[in-house]
Amino acid sequence: MSDTGHSQAAAAQMSKTYLAQIKAKRLMNFIMLVVFLALFMSGFVVAEGRNAGGFWEGLGNVFDFPAAMFGEAVERAHLMPGYLATYFPSLIETINIAAASTLLGALVGLVISLLVTRGFAPVPWLIGPLRRVLDILRAVPEIVIALVLIFMLGGGPVPAMIAIALHTVGALGKLFSEVNENASLKPVEGLESAGANWTQRMWLGVIPQVAPNYLSYALLRFEINIRASAILGFVGAGGIGYDLRNTMSWGVGKYDEAAAIFILLFGTIVVVDQLSSMLRNRLTHGSPSAEITL
Amino acid sequence: MNTATLQMQTVGRFRLKKRMTLAVPLVIVAYFAYIFIAFDIAGLGDRISLDNARTLVSDSYSYKTHITQDNRDGVITMSIEGERKAQYPEGMMPDWVSAGDVTTVDLGTGHLITLGPEIRYDIPGYGTVTAQPDETGVNATFPPGAMPDYINASKNRVMIATDAGRLTITRNRAEVFKYSIGWEIFFFTLDSPYYGVGAGELVSRAITGEAGAIANAFWTNTMWRHGDVFWALLETLLMAFLGTFGAAMIALPLAFLAARNFTPLGVFRFAARRVFDFLRGVDGLIWTIVLSRAFGPGPMTGALAILLTDTGSFGKLFSEALENVDEKQIEGVASTGAKPLQRYRFGVIPQITPVLLSQVLYHLESNTRSATIIGAITGGGIGLLLTQAIATQKDWEEVSYYIVLIILLVIFMDTLSGWLRRKLIKGDEGGH
Repeated sequence: MSDTGHSQAAAAQMSKTYLAQIKAKRLMNFIMLVVFLALFMSGFVVAEGRNAGGFWEGLGNVFDFPAAMFGEAVERAHLMPGYLATYFPSLIETINIAAASTLLGALVGLVISLLVTRGFAPVPWLIGPLRRVLDILRAVPEIVIALVLIFMLGGGPVPAMIAIALHTVGALGKLFSEVNENASLKPVEGLESAGANWTQRMWLGVIPQVAPNYLSYALLRFEINIRASAILGFVGAGGIGYDLRNTMSWGVGKYDEAAAIFILLFGTIVVVDQLSSMLRNRLTHGSPSAEITL
Repeated sequence: MNTATLQMQTVGRFRLKKRMTLAVPLVIVAYFAYIFIAFDIAGLGDRISLDNARTLVSDSYSYKTHITQDNRDGVITMSIEGERKAQYPEGMMPDWVSAGDVTTVDLGTGHLITLGPEIRYDIPGYGTVTAQPDETGVNATFPPGAMPDYINASKNRVMIATDAGRLTITRNRAEVFKYSIGWEIFFFTLDSPYYGVGAGELVSRAITGEAGAIANAFWTNTMWRHGDVFWALLETLLMAFLGTFGAAMIALPLAFLAARNFTPLGVFRFAARRVFDFLRGVDGLIWTIVLSRAFGPGPMTGALAILLTDTGSFGKLFSEALENVDEKQIEGVASTGAKPLQRYRFGVIPQITPVLLSQVLYHLESNTRSATIIGAITGGGIGLLLTQAIATQKDWEEVSYYIVLIILLVIFMDTLSGWLRRKLIKGDEGGH
């Protein structure tokens, strides 16, 4: 009798502490929410105060510019195919910047990722410093490197390519090294026992295991880099972004050309996104027909 | 399938594989060859400006002091980097300059320049160059013998650039540049009472009630503009913060519309998904341009551009997370008699919160970088200061300062978001 009374009391005690804990947690969450909202609101007020135009008056004008652009584009619709053809080479340049920098960044990132993965690294004490290098490469915004390089090399696609490639090395190097960590060491050990050197061990033992994941990450980077290459063009690094800046600074009268560039850019981003997500799906879930993959 | 055909298949596949291992590097090399021609990399050698590179590097760790004499009235002005804002006030001068009847500038290692009606430069190992500039010309005399190649002389202009410094004489002016290591007047400008005061004394004066004045002198430094830089960093941070969290708040309800298991009606799903695709496809660059027309330059424009782009990204990511929720938990909550709203609150939200938070915090870090770029385009934040400093083509020490600040800001945000991820999401390694 006293035993059941005891366990009842314990249960009551337990439920009391549980409820108290839940209460404390809820209170904590509530306080965090309030702090977050206060930060958000005050941030909004500060941003509003430091902006040239206010949020609420600007909101009414949001559609003015798209409307003006659309009006000009429709008015001179017969010129549109010509504009699309005119700016197509710039678009190719933008895509080339993205592709070359992704390829370059992926190749360098691949090598560095093998050098910073424990178990694969030929020089273990280099792991730490090389990881810091990757961190810094990732932290530097592309625009910083691009602007400095434009000053030294002049405008054009090369500064943008180098800037994006460096950032890609940082980003892909880290992602690749995470992939490497999940790779099986058995093929590497097997190759080592057969007398393979480091390059052979990596090329034949690791790369075939991780290639699909590498490719998938590189494709995702390519999507990101297309956007980056368009943006860098806007600060003077060639490609379609540069043309966009020129037409925009011209202002009224060239909005139809700006519209053509918007269409090209939008189309490219959507197509590349779709293609890459299709390919990535295929890479991660496997193609429906292949039964043996060597 | 017998062994023979299987073997044939395997051999065939191996052959294909061999061809691929050869073809892939070949394609890559061919593409780089095409890029080499298309980007005119061979012509890069002509376009590269090594002078610019040299100025950039040397300016980033050193500064130069200008000592300028107006040859017509003999007035001497001294300033750092030749900036009006960094002029030495009356009666104050660097300790390697001494004023008297004539002004002597000691460039160190025996290089001595005397300014006055007659300008003299004692160059160790060469001799003394003198000049008496007037309306007729510079009238310079050089020691006998061949002229060294660091001297560039004509009738109206003499320039001597040694390792110790540089002297330029024209008919109207004589100017000495002395290079020194460091970022001068980083803390206080020359007209501030705290210029040249040691750190220990500064601390003791701060304790005795001058802390406000010292902070103010630092904050309003006209050369390095610490106050403006702080606000610029804050603006960049604000763009990232407002944009990321604003996008998350808008994307969450829309993501329910786009998720198959929460919206059985295909029309809504289709509409929501196309909205996300559109927002992402238009991209930050175009959003920035369109929005800056309506809102003008500033952090609000940047925040809205990030918000619009990320609403698309988050909508896609969140709706995928929602489609992957475990139905069992929702059923379990429903079996206790929970109403639909409670089912969402206790059955769905706890499942997706870790995924959502981790995505949002990850984007917060990457958006700090985007905010720098957007600031450069729309005109706001540290991105604007950076482009302005680069556009002047002379404030390279400020450029390096801003670059260091940007990198520190991004690393700080990276660390913060990683810390928050680990703190808020138990068991999440935050990708480290």
